[in-house]
Amino acid sequence: MNIVVCVKQVPDTWAEKRLTAGDSTLDRESVDSVMNELDEYAVEEALRLREAHGGEVTVLTMGPERAVETIRKALSMGADKAVHLCDEALHGSCAVQTSYALATVLGTLEWDMVLCGTESTDAGMSVLPAMLAERLGRPQLSSARTVHVEGTTVRIERQTETGHEVVEGSMPVVVSVVEKINEPRYPSFKGIMAAKKKPLTTLTAADAGIAAERVGLAHALSSVVSFADRPPRAGGTIVRHDGDGGVRLAEFLAAQKFI
Amino acid sequence: MAEILVLVDHVDGTVTKLTTELLTTARALGEPAAVFCGAGYDVARARLAEYGARTVHIAADPDLDSYLVAPKVEVLAQLLAERSVAAVLIGSTVEGKEVAGRLAVRTGSGLLTDVVDLDADLVAEQPAFGGSTAVRSTVRTGTPIVTMRPNSTTPVPAPETPVEQQLTLALPEAAKGARVVERVRERRSGRPPLAEAAIVVSGGRGVGGAEGFAVVEQLADALGAAVGASRAATDAGWYPHQHQVGQTGVSVSPQLYLAVGISGAIQHRAGMQTSKTIVAVNKDPEAPIFELADFGVVGDLFEVLPQLTAEIEKRKG
Ligand SMILES: Cc1cc2nc3c(=O)[nH]c(=O)nc-3n(C[C@H](O)[C@H](O)[C@H](O)COP(=O)(O)OP(=O)(O)OC[C@H]3O[C@@H](n4cnc5c(N)ncnc54)[C@H](O)[C@@H]3O)c2cc1C
Ligand SMILES: Nc1ncnc2c1ncn2[C@@H]1O[C@H](COP(=O)(O)O)[C@@H](O)[C@H]1O
Repeated sequence: MNIVVCVKQVPDTWAEKRLTAGDSTLDRESVDSVMNELDEYAVEEALRLREAHGGEVTVLTMGPERAVETIRKALSMGADKAVHLCDEALHGSCAVQTSYALATVLGTLEWDMVLCGTESTDAGMSVLPAMLAERLGRPQLSSARTVHVEGTTVRIERQTETGHEVVEGSMPVVVSVVEKINEPRYPSFKGIMAAKKKPLTTLTAADAGIAAERVGLAHALSSVVSFADRPPRAGGTIVRHDGDGGVRLAEFLAAQKFI
Repeated sequence: MAEILVLVDHVDGTVTKLTTELLTTARALGEPAAVFCGAGYDVARARLAEYGARTVHIAADPDLDSYLVAPKVEVLAQLLAERSVAAVLIGSTVEGKEVAGRLAVRTGSGLLTDVVDLDADLVAEQPAFGGSTAVRSTVRTGTPIVTMRPNSTTPVPAPETPVEQQLTLALPEAAKGARVVERVRERRSGRPPLAEAAIVVSGGRGVGGAEGFAVVEQLADALGAAVGASRAATDAGWYPHQHQVGQTGVSVSPQLYLAVGISGAIQHRAGMQTSKTIVAVNKDPEAPIFELADFGVVGDLFEVLPQLTAEIEKRKG
């Protein structure tokens, strides 16, 4: 079973994120970057499925040159090879365009399953896996907290706001996983050394057959008009509980008309 | 006037508050047309009329509930092809965003998610980076597809007698790829749903165990609030995962959020820091949650909460 895992490089979780004044895109230059935390679970699940069912795990990322750091991390966790879609023309693409670009690359690869995280932590919309399923015309098995493969059928437990659903589809499928699914491994020293020798294909948009007028900031289907930092929350009142903390809190809530 | 399509979010026909918010927003933008998919329209009818739907497009085919997400996209795509539609409004839930994303791809339209305000020119306000930045964006291509967060607006009734239109659709095979084999609904508590509640009381690792959540629930009931939890609490199995607030749980934006025994990790903040008023109870004065709090009590939650609950009951008389 061959799996492609889609991973994204994002600013470090703790970094203060900002938009760039010039073109209202995320400032990726001034912050440390990491693999999107939620994609680590997707990589881990791919590795576990490979351990159980054989096949190859390919990492796919679309992002600037430095996103190769994230690719290397996935390879040192144990993925077999990687494809890096990297082109200045892709900068500022909206979600609809990103899904087009990734689906185009996926069209040139062989896979039984595409695995994604549920959301990118930068300005993620949690829409990409569904969009890929739509573009590829394959079953959408999203928000999985478990994934089972039996023959050519993939069955997931989908976490929902009211409980869960059991959903199944026939391969090839598009799956996204939630963070409850596993505990991602840390790359071992051996893994880090091995990663350096693993095949990495870097593609420009043209290499991948992506039409230039369908990607990038200038052609985005939606755009930012303006943005502003929210004023930081004004410092509140902090009291120590000296036997009356509950009463003082009740007074605050009453003054605010909550009770 | 062009239609504003509103995809009805419902559970067996019980229409969510979020849907009434979408209808309220839609009325200010054009002619609101509700789109009802699945079984249960008889239950939904009165509420959709009360909130001013001029038209209701009803797709009652049982297949709509048998397959994940894709059939709803077919319904909306068909309506977009046949009618003059100015915008599509969908609730910013996990499934709502998936429907919206696929519809945007299908129709070549721009997509805006997690919107908290939509003005008459269809310029949307979206909180970014957990609420530290407010972005205003707009769709440039196609029919704007917009998902709106719960609690973005106050629902206001405006009774109408809607025209009901039955939709027949032939689902293509591609829409039947993801079969729903089973749907498990966890027990309803009688408390308001987390995402739409005006007040949320959340417990974290400090609550110490499943039994500890009793003091959280008692406070929630005194306030008429929903109960939330941090990931530490849901992962430990102290409270069901559907109640997790945060980046990988539910995003909430209530009038009042009380964080109890929660440290305020960045992933937790991502799901609650746009709340109007924030209150924290924590025994550690250094806990980062206090940076967000309008009012904080440094103390043991097992002393502070029962006292607060008793005081609320006393004031209610
Ligand atoms: C990919 C990823 C996604 C995540 N998504 C989420 C998410 O969606 N939601 C989420 O919440 N977390 C999420 N997390 C986890 C997050 O990083 C924190 O680990 C988690 O929020 C901590 O929960 P907590 O505040 O309850 O526990 P802790 O950080 O352990 O804090 C417990 C607090 O309780 C206080 N306390 C203890 N006893 C008492 C007492 N008797 N009275 C008063 N106070 C007391 C302590 O002082 C402490 O501040 C995610 C993490 C990752 C890596
Ligand atoms: N630029 C990208 N390259 C590769 N995968 C991506 C990219 N953007 C998003 N994804 C995948 O799509 C998932 C959801 O992302 P999003 O819709 O941006 O929140 C992520 O967890 C990734 O698995």
